[in-house]
Amino acid sequence: MVPQAEFRSYYGRPVLKPPLWHEPHMPTYLYLGGLSGVSSSMAVMARLTGRPRLDRTARVAAAAGAALGAGLLTAELGRPERFLNMFRLFKPSSPMSVGSWILAAQGGLSAAALASDMTGILPLAGDGALLAGAVIGPLTATYTAVLVADTAVPVWHEAYRELPFLFAGSAMAAAGAAGMLGTPRAQAGPARAVAVLGAAVETVAGGVMERRLGLVGEPYTTGRAGRLMRAARALTIGGGLLAAVAGRGRALTALSGIALTAGSLCTRFAILAAGRASAADPKYTVVPQRERLDAAS
Amino acid sequence: MAERMGFFTDTSVCIGCKACEVACKEWNQIPDDGFVFEATSYDNTGMLGASTWRHVAFIEQSRPVAAGGDDGVDRWLMSSDVCKHCTHAACLDVCPTGALFRTEFDTVVVQSDICNGCGYCVPACPYGVIDRREGDGRAWKCTMCYDRLRGGLEPACAKACPTDSIQFGPLDELRARAEERVTRLRDGGVPEARLYGENPDDGVGGAGAFFLLLDEPEVYGLPPDPVVTTRDLPAMWRWAGMAALSAAGAVALAFLGAGKR
Repeated sequence: MVPQAEFRSYYGRPVLKPPLWHEPHMPTYLYLGGLSGVSSSMAVMARLTGRPRLDRTARVAAAAGAALGAGLLTAELGRPERFLNMFRLFKPSSPMSVGSWILAAQGGLSAAALASDMTGILPLAGDGALLAGAVIGPLTATYTAVLVADTAVPVWHEAYRELPFLFAGSAMAAAGAAGMLGTPRAQAGPARAVAVLGAAVETVAGGVMERRLGLVGEPYTTGRAGRLMRAARALTIGGGLLAAVAGRGRALTALSGIALTAGSLCTRFAILAAGRASAADPKYTVVPQRERLDAAS
Repeated sequence: MAERMGFFTDTSVCIGCKACEVACKEWNQIPDDGFVFEATSYDNTGMLGASTWRHVAFIEQSRPVAAGGDDGVDRWLMSSDVCKHCTHAACLDVCPTGALFRTEFDTVVVQSDICNGCGYCVPACPYGVIDRREGDGRAWKCTMCYDRLRGGLEPACAKACPTDSIQFGPLDELRARAEERVTRLRDGGVPEARLYGENPDDGVGGAGAFFLLLDEPEVYGLPPDPVVTTRDLPAMWRWAGMAALSAAGAVALAFLGAGKR
């Protein structure tokens, strides 16, 4: 238990403005971006190791995730008709600018890889797009961690080391689940393995993060975000354990895939809820800064 | 490039008249932001936001006053808050469209014809200044009256301030003047007087709008030691890069471990 922190504030008002990103848009996008990114990596490996059914499923998940995600992001804007302003610049200091270009590449490449696979047109170009997706995919799945960490929200910013691994794990679990659910069991072995590994990475990264952050990390364990985080952990661990044995039956596969998908979604909703809670309470802004000042003087 | 211009808000002479709030609203034609009794002294504005670019804070303190030993006398703190126009401005750094830019006066301004309302600047600001306006969809904040500055005028709030609590001018001059003022106050029996945001070595590289305060910053709703979030951006990308590589490696492992079919 973290001891009650003494601090002063202006009538208990927040210092920061809370993130104004909406539910379900933003957390669902985080999920879809992760799903799309890791699915691209899976599609490449499926292609290289000769698993056409898993290849197709992963290509569909990659393309659909990126397209739906981009739609959600556009709907999230205060001025959606100015969506294209995202591409006025390439601005390295803005993870949203970098992310927009990453997502644009991911969307284009994954759509091309899927279209070529479905129609048989330009197979070489399709393979090229698929391979390029092997580079862009993992970035699509992890840049969102930088996106949220590069804010003044303490529970996000201070977690910038663990969040990318949490997001990568969550994305692997999501993409593994989609691969399991959409592929005949005989070809879905690697998808189950990806899901198991993802569940493990997500669980470990989340645990390390909460332990390291201490007071600042409180929003991950309390209130609505805490409930979502606990639900995510239970679903992810349960789904991950089931995935290890899901090759034995259709019901096990369905159960595991659905649990992992729900777990990944819960994680993303928990992240946004924790960010809001962290910004809303001046304690999380003032106490660490005051401690820093006192330590320096 | 013109000289860097700024605000020095000397809260020790603020009388809480809110003329700055009104002048700002009128000059910049900012819409109504609601009339709410906040039950926080005379502050019914609350905080800076999309439609509030100056905000006068009121703090009523009951504490012993040293001179004369008159225990229990209330002390009033009043302070007109504003965008800090940081040297290292997080809002500007993270803006993906380039809507936020740095002017020739070294101030930070949103171009409302570019902003697409992504909202990223809002949680990026360590002071909680900038916000998106409901119904409008774009981000708004103090421009330090960019239009007036270009016309050779001082910002509306500084013009309207009856006690010169809000001083406008070249930042170097203001810093020197503030240093003098804080020394005079301390020597004159106000040891708690301190400057906030004047130091170019602080977490935001020094604020273009800085303050003389009579208590700790957090009492006024200001962060005690703000740091621009993008300072850690290279480290963030390194960690994300490691995570991306790990994910790619794990996927490859999952396929190779499963063997050739």
